[in-house]
Amino acid sequence: MKNWGLARRVNTLRGNRAGGEQAAGSAPASGAAVSADVIAGATRDKDTLRVRELAAPPVMASSRDLRLDLFRGIALWLIFVDHIPNNVVNWFTLRNYGFSDAAEVFIFISGYTAAFVYGRAMREQGFLVAGARILKRVWQLYVAHVFLFAIFMAQIAYFQTASNLENPIYAEEVRALDFMQRPDETIIQALLLAFKPSYMDILPLYIMLLLFFAPILWLLQKNATLALALSVLIYAGNWQFGWNLKSYPSGHWFFNPVAWQLLFVFGAWCALGGAERLARVLRSPVMISIAVAYLAFAFAIALTWHFPRFAYYVPSWLREWMYPIDKTNLDILRFSHFLALAAVTVYFLPLNWRGFGSPLFKPAILCGQHSLEIFCLGVFLSFAGHFVIVEFYGGYFMQVLVSLVGIAVMTGVAALISWYKSLERGSRTAKKTPAVDPAGGQA
Amino acid sequence: MRAACAVLTAILIGAGGAHAVPSEGCGAPGYFMHGDSLLDQVRDVVAKTNALKIVVFGTASSTLGGSGGAADAYPARLEAAMRESLPGITVNVSVFARPRQPAEKMVKAFDKVIEEEKPSLAIWQTGTFDAIQGVNPREFLASLTEGVEKLKAAGVDVVLVNMQYNPRTEGVVAVEAYSESMRWVARERQVPLFDRLAIMRYWNEAGIINLHTATRDFAVAKRVHDCIGRALAALIIDAARLSGIGKKAPQ
Repeated sequence: MKNWGLARRVNTLRGNRAGGEQAAGSAPASGAAVSADVIAGATRDKDTLRVRELAAPPVMASSRDLRLDLFRGIALWLIFVDHIPNNVVNWFTLRNYGFSDAAEVFIFISGYTAAFVYGRAMREQGFLVAGARILKRVWQLYVAHVFLFAIFMAQIAYFQTASNLENPIYAEEVRALDFMQRPDETIIQALLLAFKPSYMDILPLYIMLLLFFAPILWLLQKNATLALALSVLIYAGNWQFGWNLKSYPSGHWFFNPVAWQLLFVFGAWCALGGAERLARVLRSPVMISIAVAYLAFAFAIALTWHFPRFAYYVPSWLREWMYPIDKTNLDILRFSHFLALAAVTVYFLPLNWRGFGSPLFKPAILCGQHSLEIFCLGVFLSFAGHFVIVEFYGGYFMQVLVSLVGIAVMTGVAALISWYKSLERGSRTAKKTPAVDPAGGQA
Repeated sequence: MRAACAVLTAILIGAGGAHAVPSEGCGAPGYFMHGDSLLDQVRDVVAKTNALKIVVFGTASSTLGGSGGAADAYPARLEAAMRESLPGITVNVSVFARPRQPAEKMVKAFDKVIEEEKPSLAIWQTGTFDAIQGVNPREFLASLTEGVEKLKAAGVDVVLVNMQYNPRTEGVVAVEAYSESMRWVARERQVPLFDRLAIMRYWNEAGIINLHTATRDFAVAKRVHDCIGRALAALIIDAARLSGIGKKAPQ
């Protein structure tokens, strides 16, 4: 029961946040048990809610933490914007101002919501059912990844045949990029997740993390501290032994699952009561001062990347110790930067903040609620946006326009998905269909 | 983003009153030749012998096909530009470029070339193939460091040359981690970096050379290589503090 400390606190706050919930649109006004969904977002089925209300003791009821949706939505936007190369809007994304970036936010929140949803399933329906649901989710992610790969190959094919092939300057790139010459190897390696084109490595990481999530979740529920300690041990073991999966045609996974699992498990641990346990520490002014100081330090270091002239003010021992800041293996500097960021955010942005009701945040919250679809759409849009910038006009105006249109399309599609789901919900209620997967397992 | 950085850096450097290399090589602004790393070995050898032997280690982008072939590629253009700027100094450039070579393999070929050619300066163009193959950035960094140290230990000055800018493949090949590694090694090992990526991007954005044109024609390719050769010559002359040396030599 102690795992539900967070939920209990949420309940006490509910009185204040009715406005926020209503504004979130798809969140039920009843304020009853709503799961934060995994990546794909929500099936906030009223029947499900009723069933769960009956099934679960009242203290287990919990509320959707809109901060998760909001920040996951923002992370999705940042990933989209960052994946358009040579985009002036990149200048505003997280990675320019510190060590960590949107990838950390995305993986942490995904771990948090996965534990929230499947943790409930595991408690209520047992290991087997929860495990089966997790694997179903893995399959959906895999299909989404293969779909994105097809789009990527179309883009490569276009570049190879239509434009670059003839240009003698780029003979090297064209020849090396000629994946089409070995379709057998390329496609099979892609299906095995070994061949992951640039900018397409977050989903394989998420697939891998979720694939092993059932036993991790089981342990988290039995003994949360032990599970987290094990995760830290594996992370630290990677420093010593350098475990990573092989990639095709060479090298290793850009996002090393052995290292990034720490963030995912930590997110899950927070969802299952860890956040509550940390709350006292996070509220202490000393802790917050340390976090703010660290963020300021990271910001100062990040400035030296953009203005190499400042780099000479960084003492050489610090540079020797600090660099390279390894994204592949989730450098401890990146991890702690994310922790500091999260601590400061939680401190200054309480769960029941009225601002969540503001229409200003609604687009990001909507996107965060359907994150698998919106993530895939974002990858596609970044390809398309880059295409427009390269082939038509690439000025600053166009870069800003493409970024804004992309975000608008993401928001529009998220709203459309919500609408479809409300339709499905309506027809399902009519047919008295039993409760469905709360993890957004719309098949 | 890099364009924004470039502009901001330019403002910053301008405000700092730092010197800018005169616009050599089709107008590559001085701030792209960043770094205060010097080529002391080159300076000493030129002062003593009035000769300079340069080798180019690279991949396919250090060569050019077509009728002109090697004569149109940037190493030959570099040689011509150096000779023009340093009258009386014998400058020779030899090219050791093989397609599809990751940095790790290139390093293995260094010893033999150094022994046979005895160069004073090595230009090391790399990064493209590693980025396309997705070599672990950490291993790429290690190979770069090893290569630079090997050359320096043999008494050879080094200039690193990074990838070409290609507006189309930018979205499908993530070069960032690799170009950052090269900047990092250049700064830490005090080796000049010829930032081909940023310079070509600048040419494209400033409308100096249109890299979008899909063309079979070698005119644009020749122009790009000629511009790279000139800009590289300017960087070497600046980093080795050679300007004016040729004038003192007997003609």
